[in-house]
Amino acid sequence: MREIEFDVVVKAVKDMIMHCGTDLPQDTYDALEKAMEEEKSPVSKEVIRQLLENANIAKDEKRPLCQDTGLAVFFVYVGEEVRINGGLLRDAINKGTEQGYTEGYLRASTCEPFSRLNLKDSVGYNLPAIIHFDIVKGDKIDIEYAAKGGGSENVSRARVFPPAAGKDGIVEYVKEVISDAGGNPCPPITVGVGIGGTFEKAVISSKHALFRDLETENPDSEMAELEARMLVEINNLGIGAMGMGGTKTALAVHIEANPCHIASLPVSVNVQCHSSRHTHITI
Amino acid sequence: MATYSLTTPITSEDTKQLVAGDTVLLNGTIFTARDAAHSRLVKLIEEGKELPFDLEGSIIYFVGPTPPKPGDPIGSAGPTTSYRMDSFSPTMLKNGSKGMIGKGNRNQEVKDACVAYDGIYFGATGGAGALLGKQIRSAEVIAYPELGPEAVRKITVEDFPVTVVNDTKGNDLYQMGREQYEVK
Ligand code: SF4
Repeated sequence: MREIEFDVVVKAVKDMIMHCGTDLPQDTYDALEKAMEEEKSPVSKEVIRQLLENANIAKDEKRPLCQDTGLAVFFVYVGEEVRINGGLLRDAINKGTEQGYTEGYLRASTCEPFSRLNLKDSVGYNLPAIIHFDIVKGDKIDIEYAAKGGGSENVSRARVFPPAAGKDGIVEYVKEVISDAGGNPCPPITVGVGIGGTFEKAVISSKHALFRDLETENPDSEMAELEARMLVEINNLGIGAMGMGGTKTALAVHIEANPCHIASLPVSVNVQCHSSRHTHITI
Repeated sequence: MATYSLTTPITSEDTKQLVAGDTVLLNGTIFTARDAAHSRLVKLIEEGKELPFDLEGSIIYFVGPTPPKPGDPIGSAGPTTSYRMDSFSPTMLKNGSKGMIGKGNRNQEVKDACVAYDGIYFGATGGAGALLGKQIRSAEVIAYPELGPEAVRKITVEDFPVTVVNDTKGNDLYQMGREQYEVK
């Protein structure tokens, strides 16, 4: 059994959060650069230019990329042969989150659902983090992290279709969700599509799809083809950067598909904005 | 599409020349308010009470900034999604405010109020918080400090870049832009 100190996890999580708050991941930066070259609308081109300039300023001056520094979302893969010394893994992740948001001057965006008051006093700064655990082989811990902003989360949707809806039904649904969203989720966006499983499995898959690096191909060629088809259809909507009209509404579509019940076809669409702050670490 | 430079407070003469798609560099004092602050401000207006700042010719920025680092006036400060202010904005425009800065679509009532009261809805680049925060020279909380990032702030801006989305003639850049690039 390998032992990992509680504080090692806290520090790793804190560092990830502070880094992501100010440094746009390279895959997103590269995708935006390519989008700027290809964008046909001069207004949208200028918006993307501003986004790249924003990323440069944020990185050089260590300022948050966006004032919405999001809720902290984690997918954590815990090896069977590892244990945390000195506390619970969940507590370590929450503590690292609190430290990262505080020391990085990132905004606390968590609030009670009805009073809308910040939980700072009762629970902590920007806590609790949203954590999805899984158990895997080995003696390591893999932590994937993303900061999830409200603008793009607010336009996300899920629905359980009858199986007959098929691929065409899913493509139509994705188009409808993105069309209704317009400029609100801060395009150019990444679109995560979770297909199959149960209702909640589809939703979590659509979230996890957003953690995939933008330059990677879907290993399933059938899904890769469906992603390409959706991307074209979304960009044909003409929404453009920040909804100002243009040809680059989405940078990528990522699908995660799962086996599902013979009676149902769950579909979830989770949107990530251009400020796609994500990273991962192995301890 | 023209580029203008405007200094607050702005007048009907300023706003009437602007057309959806124009770029404007804003200078001077603007005020920040989000959902919670708007609901309090509109309540004060309805009760005929005094507001924490003068609405006449004012521009309201929908933003909840990150905390400033030591020595900085403000942290990152890009726009938040504007539709949540739709039910409040017509009252603000009717009472003298001339402009709003945010991101995303407004409803028909807001667009109509822009026409009726010579108001402009400006779009700032969402997610460009570091870049926009840099154009803010000073910031001071003038009301509702208990709202944290949602408190009302008086901020001074220099060449703050915005785009005219809804003008005084009823044009809507989001609609026009999308129609132009949509492939049916
Ligand atoms: S949707 Fe993303 S880029 Fe836009 S304001 Fe929210 S976090 Fe920032």
